Amino acid sequence: MAHLSLVILLLIFGGAILAGIIGSLVGLGGGILLVPMLTLAFGLPIHYAIGTSIVAVIATSSGSAAAYVRDRLTNMRVGLFLEVATTIGAVSGAFLTGFLVPQLLFVIFGIVLLISVIPLVFKIGEELPKGVRNDRLANWLHLSGSYPDRHLGREVPYQVTHTPQGLGMMYIAGVLSGLLGIGSGVFKVLAMDTIMRLPLKVSTTTSNFMIGVTAAASAGIYFSRGDIPPLIAAPVALGVLAGAFAGSHLLARLSNKTLRLIFLPIMAIIAVQMVLRGFGLTI
Amino acid sequence: MDVNPSVFLKRYDTTLMKDLHFKQLVPEISKSQPVSNLTPASSQASSKESTGFIIGLILRGGVILSATITCIGLLLLALTPGGVTEHRLVTFPHTLNDVWAGLQGLHPQAVIALGLLLLIAIPVITVTTAAIAFALERDRRFTVIALTVLAILITSFLLGKGGA
Repeated sequence: MAHLSLVILLLIFGGAILAGIIGSLVGLGGGILLVPMLTLAFGLPIHYAIGTSIVAVIATSSGSAAAYVRDRLTNMRVGLFLEVATTIGAVSGAFLTGFLVPQLLFVIFGIVLLISVIPLVFKIGEELPKGVRNDRLANWLHLSGSYPDRHLGREVPYQVTHTPQGLGMMYIAGVLSGLLGIGSGVFKVLAMDTIMRLPLKVSTTTSNFMIGVTAAASAGIYFSRGDIPPLIAAPVALGVLAGAFAGSHLLARLSNKTLRLIFLPIMAIIAVQMVLRGFGLTI
Repeated sequence: MDVNPSVFLKRYDTTLMKDLHFKQLVPEISKSQPVSNLTPASSQASSKESTGFIIGLILRGGVILSATITCIGLLLLALTPGGVTEHRLVTFPHTLNDVWAGLQGLHPQAVIALGLLLLIAIPVITVTTAAIAFALERDRRFTVIALTVLAILITSFLLGKGGA
């Protein structure tokens, strides 16, 4: 950090707004954008960048969930239920560090993510999932619901399928986040969209709610370690909150099709980023 | 589990949807029935919405409060002579005691840290509220689920092992 000044803080604030908008739309924490921005553009040490990005995850989550929960886009029941698997996964993943080779995992899951792009390409024209029926677990937990779609101008009822498989995927997402220190938003959206067949808006907003909960414990840990510098985290938190607020208002008006077109390239970028990190290239 | 007629109604609808065009069918359903009948546990629908309402309120209130405190901290910092310095970037309060001590002297970094700590606490407060709301609704399964998530979060924090 050569010249820390108010101008730099303003630039960080601007970048955070962008991260907040994107994160709130696609259900991710915005770490993919913030960590490289803070380290490469502003020369911040990586541990500060990671600590700050975890604050950004919570800001994205809470800032957008405030609107999404009110507008009944978030399925709190699905989110809370799946969160059991994610949080257990995160703790167990954190214990596995040192036993597994992270480089190899980055490559493996980067490739898994790249392959998962393919079925999504075929879903590009899909506005709402069709012919989905509740499985037994979803029925037992009353997971299905409906959300008001501002774009379609009506209430959209939906059901939830393959809940156990979705739960399994959430556990893996949690393990990855604990093990590799990456946000698991993209895996969460994938699990809800591809496996459990929820409408995309419900998937991204529910993921948004979940990422904040998963990040809360590690945010506390990073804070007490001194990895969250207030000077940097303050403009990031405020910028992300503003961005998430704007994004949440934008999402209500978007169609699921458009949202998919935004999600797809971001997912591909994350996948490539992961593979590259496996080969020692941090971008 | 109690048998709810709307569950069957909805199942019937979805089997139909397999053969019929989804978009054409659904507006008809919406027209013919009030929306609340489309959710499976229609008896729970109103209380579910009030849970969402309360949680939405807490989220908004928490976010606004946290952002306000953080802003005040930044303003104090800007007013402090030589406000933004490299030294301040690397030296800051990061324990509750430090933050508390700093707040007494209205140190800008401590004020910001308070705002950030509140932000970090929001998801935990949300899950706690959800647990209470589910308990009040006598939804045992989801009370247990929310409390489990809370317990894992606390364990995770105490162990110092968490995810991103």
